[in-house]
Amino acid sequence: MNGPVLAPGSRRGAELMQAAVRGRSLWQDARRRLMRNRAAVAGMTVLAALVLLALIGPMLLPFRYDEINKADVWAPPLTAGHFLGADALGRDLLARQLMGLRVSLAIGFVATFVSLVIGVAWGAVAGFVGGAVDEVMMRVVDVLYSLPFIFFVILLMVTFGSNIILIFVAIGAVEWLTMSRIVRGQTLALKQKEFVEAARAAGLTPGAIIARHIVPNLLGPVVVYVTLTIPAVILSESFLSFLGLGVQPPMASLGTLIAGGAQDMELAWWLLVFPSLTMVGTLMCFNFIGDGLRDAIDPKDR
Amino acid sequence: MLRFIGRRLFVALPTLFLVVTVAFFMMRAAPGSPFDIDRKLSPEIERNVLARYGMDRPLGQQYLSYVGDVLHGDFGPSLKYKDKTVLQILQENYKVSLILGLSAISIAAGIGVTLGVLAALRQNGWVDYGVMGVAIIGVCIPTFVIAPLLVLLFGSILQWLPNGGWNGGAIGNLILPVTVLALPQVAIISRLTRAGMIEVLQSNYVRTARAKGLPARTIVMKHALRAAILPLVSYLGPACAGLLTGSLVVEKIFNLPGLGKFFVISALQRDYTVVMGMVIFYATLILFLNLVADLIYALLDPRVRLS
Repeated sequence: MNGPVLAPGSRRGAELMQAAVRGRSLWQDARRRLMRNRAAVAGMTVLAALVLLALIGPMLLPFRYDEINKADVWAPPLTAGHFLGADALGRDLLARQLMGLRVSLAIGFVATFVSLVIGVAWGAVAGFVGGAVDEVMMRVVDVLYSLPFIFFVILLMVTFGSNIILIFVAIGAVEWLTMSRIVRGQTLALKQKEFVEAARAAGLTPGAIIARHIVPNLLGPVVVYVTLTIPAVILSESFLSFLGLGVQPPMASLGTLIAGGAQDMELAWWLLVFPSLTMVGTLMCFNFIGDGLRDAIDPKDR
Repeated sequence: MLRFIGRRLFVALPTLFLVVTVAFFMMRAAPGSPFDIDRKLSPEIERNVLARYGMDRPLGQQYLSYVGDVLHGDFGPSLKYKDKTVLQILQENYKVSLILGLSAISIAAGIGVTLGVLAALRQNGWVDYGVMGVAIIGVCIPTFVIAPLLVLLFGSILQWLPNGGWNGGAIGNLILPVTVLALPQVAIISRLTRAGMIEVLQSNYVRTARAKGLPARTIVMKHALRAAILPLVSYLGPACAGLLTGSLVVEKIFNLPGLGKFFVISALQRDYTVVMGMVIFYATLILFLNLVADLIYALLDPRVRLS
């Protein structure tokens, strides 16, 4: 050790000792790495703005999303008070788009939450209990994995009619499979750790160990996967809406707006272009955040 | 190897059976019937029609006889398209979907692997950033966004290519749909290849090959690529499912006479037998491709076979 030797009793020595002891946690490290990733920070900023717009934007506009104005039919952008123009019924595109963004984001968050709950519970139990239980539970996942899921969602929508709650459930129920696989893999690794053994030795029940020791330690990979699931869910919903099976008019989602815009694109390009840009922008934000989080949390790829 | 195949089939067959069962009962649980028309049928006629298709029996019995028929290769008549059987409808329409899907996936694999390898070899160079940029765009722009925009540009404004239609599978009619289908796959495949390649290039046996003085081309093409495309092989199954989803949209936008368009219409019209036929067709296809992917994987990576 170079430099002046400090007497242990001196004030400066004590300060240095404290500074040396105060380490950075893994999460602080991860946050620092995330904040250095410009694409991820940009993604988070834009996404926060979009969420805010979707929440309060509709209240600030002079038009309601389902308000029909006969005089403004096919109004181009920046005319008759419509920033982004109006559609075949004279409905304000900006108002509809903000509403559509709200619906799409809501579906993205809620359905992902559904898949998160099912996936984490399923994967953690399978991984922790192991043995025959694990075998059966993962076989179920394998079987569901090889189903043409889109057919089942379409059949579901056709069978029970397209209401928004069902869209949440249907998409969430098929998105949990990958989550459960990731969680199971992590759980298998965590199970070998000393602190789990300690918990078991202390007499905790398996349920308590899963809830208090396994699940909190799964957070990293799960958070990353969640940020990548949300855009996938938004895409699935838009896809259903595009086929006419998702959100029903006059309600709008980004998918229904794009579908409508595609039909009228030769007459009114703005009806296709603006919702498409919003959709692409939203998806990009999530993907940038997801990639940034993965680089930040998973030190393997650094 | 035979045991490996046997074990996989052991999983695949129950899966197929489950698909058939769930689809059958879901379809029947849906409100409405294929014989609903604007005017209500008189009860006598309705009873006759139902009896004609054996639909007056209890549901369980119908299910059993349906499964029996399917095992004998009989998918029944369509309930909406008079004097056509489900097999005829499948036969008449699968070619369009198949041509689209196969050309899209082979083009996507060719371009995607090339781009991924180039990006990995020039990691953090401008080639790498360019390829990854394209990949992000490809993932973020959904099929149903890019398709209408391309039609607007090349069809309506530039008038270089037709707006849609099949036209006997003419090249001009194929370019846009295949591009749209291939684009997201190119994005995913190039990302997978790049990640795999970067990992493999750091491995010890590649270092050994370099130390032996092998030319760079041999190392990349013969030693590294083989291991780097492993993740790609297991992506084959999901890729096929992705193509399927894409083809539902693409066939609708470009007005192509493929199976995807039929599926949604038939489901909405409650054409039970046609929907069931298609579910079975696609499920078999996906299961088959998953099986093929597993086999290729096992051939390339002996560790899988042993475990």
